[in-house]
Amino acid sequence: MFKRKNPLPGFGLSLGFTMMYLSVIVLLPLCVLVFKTFEMSWEEFWRWTINERAIASYKLTFGASFCAALLNSVFGILTAWVLVRHDFPGKRLIDALVDFPFALPTAVAGLTLAELFSANGWLGKMLEPMGIQGVYSPIGVVIALTFVGMPFVIRTLQPVIESLDLEIEEAALILGASRTRTFFSVILPMLLPTIITGFALAFARAIGEYGSIVFISGNIPYKTEIAPVLIVMRLEEYNYVGATAIALVLLVVSFLLLALINWLQSWSERFLE
Amino acid sequence: MSIELKKVTKYFGDFPAVYDVSFAVNEGELVALLGPSGSGKTTVLRLIAGLETPDRGEIYIRGKKVNNIPVQQRNIGFVFQSYALFKSMTVFENIAFGLKIKKWKKTEIEQRVKELFELLDLKGLEERFPHQLSGGQRQRVAIARALAPKPNVLLLDEPFGAVDAKIRQELREWLVHLHHDVNVTTIFVTHDQEEAMEVASRIVIFSKGCLEQIGTPRDVYENPVNEFVARFVGVMNVLELVVTNGVARIGELEFPPHGLIDGQKLRIGFRPYAVNVSSDPNRYRYKAILRHTYFLGIMLRLELELPSGIVIKARMSKEEYNSLGLQDGKEVSFEIKQYRILSKEGNQLSEEIPAV
Repeated sequence: MFKRKNPLPGFGLSLGFTMMYLSVIVLLPLCVLVFKTFEMSWEEFWRWTINERAIASYKLTFGASFCAALLNSVFGILTAWVLVRHDFPGKRLIDALVDFPFALPTAVAGLTLAELFSANGWLGKMLEPMGIQGVYSPIGVVIALTFVGMPFVIRTLQPVIESLDLEIEEAALILGASRTRTFFSVILPMLLPTIITGFALAFARAIGEYGSIVFISGNIPYKTEIAPVLIVMRLEEYNYVGATAIALVLLVVSFLLLALINWLQSWSERFLE
Repeated sequence: MSIELKKVTKYFGDFPAVYDVSFAVNEGELVALLGPSGSGKTTVLRLIAGLETPDRGEIYIRGKKVNNIPVQQRNIGFVFQSYALFKSMTVFENIAFGLKIKKWKKTEIEQRVKELFELLDLKGLEERFPHQLSGGQRQRVAIARALAPKPNVLLLDEPFGAVDAKIRQELREWLVHLHHDVNVTTIFVTHDQEEAMEVASRIVIFSKGCLEQIGTPRDVYENPVNEFVARFVGVMNVLELVVTNGVARIGELEFPPHGLIDGQKLRIGFRPYAVNVSSDPNRYRYKAILRHTYFLGIMLRLELELPSGIVIKARMSKEEYNSLGLQDGKEVSFEIKQYRILSKEGNQLSEEIPAV
């Protein structure tokens, strides 16, 4: 294949810098984590990672993160659509509010949400009669994770919705498709790769979340204790190997899941150049 | 009557994009909507399709008023300038989309798509995605998709806009043949008068949202109803004359005053073919320099510059040019065989007047 010369020079330099940057910021800490884990025996590793309490925490971490990312995807599509396609008073304010979860210290978010969803809180009061416990429950964890991951799907989707060709939608309408049908069979498939990107970002963000969860979940072992909390607990016990072992499991599973999402995404992009 | 517009008006804000437009298209006709960009021709197409709703007036399709019939139920084939193919669907799925929505049986869909693949020469492309097609193939897929549900009428927005000159020419002929084969009432939008003249059986000419003239290509070329049409369809020399001493003149050129008195103004126009040119500087009344010759294939266009600086466009065949021994920069003489009055202080267009 003919390779076109890049009009801007400096490929070698920029690649070198990128690699160094990634190495120092991402790869090196990960290696340290892996090496640290290798200091212990397999027996010890299994003891800290494969026990009922740890497994319950993995399940909660990944399960709640998945639910939160899914919720964020569905409502993110809606929000992004409304923000791009419709004009209404206060649109700019709402648009600015979307970034709020990024700026707010997550501990503050956790405290606020815990207050709001507690049995006496504004929202908790409404949920209580329905038998739904907003705090100190897995639902609380999902609520907090949804909050911190909210901007991702919206922000990745907005420019893509803006660039959608309106004529494609009109073509579908002329061929007899209802608005709903047009959305689901024509527009959604075009947005899917981006939705998956947003989902992956929200999901990854949720797996690593700690600050907001500790306040809303109550950290009840076997029930509402997420893996990062367990890691911090091990650290507080000066059990560094125990902490790194759990961290490694978290890392490997996250890596596998993100790889899976990546594969899904390339499948959803099969129609693109 | 396949399509009829009665006094249709459409505003975008305060701007009348289409104003008081009425015309009718017969069943099976191939009609061009012609006009410069911003003249409202695409809006007319979108109004017929139901993508826009008229502010005033009525639209009829096959005798039925469609003003309140939603776009989905008008049974129209529409080909967008950008083709607007569904990117996430294969060629087959694109063409079958309209049929699936109309709940055709699977075997019928396959049959119909196969027919269209043959008609539009798309065989072998069934499983391709739109981005894997060439521009011409994309256009054919768009047309096949529009034709699939057997529409009452086929509407094409600038169908030759996005392709290069050579393919354009082929496509024009191809569209005429396709129309002949399918025999569906077809309306296409273009800003290229040559294209409209060559392809359409009738032309509707628009300017600034208003319908200026409707007629056969020959009609609008030979009998334009106003200066806009005269200048837009084909090339025309336009001169503004002032009557002095009982003669209408500009520079060296002189014409009868046509009943006007000194000081009054007169606009006249004549086609390049109405100019006789000779290499003998004394043969005709006016002398000029041949400034430049444009080779347009078999016909040539000559630009003649009078001593006063007025430039006149003439045309002749290659043979004539060669036999006269013409050359850029040479002195020539010319006469104007016939012309028409575009406007006289009032605003009337005349029949062609022989000048010699």
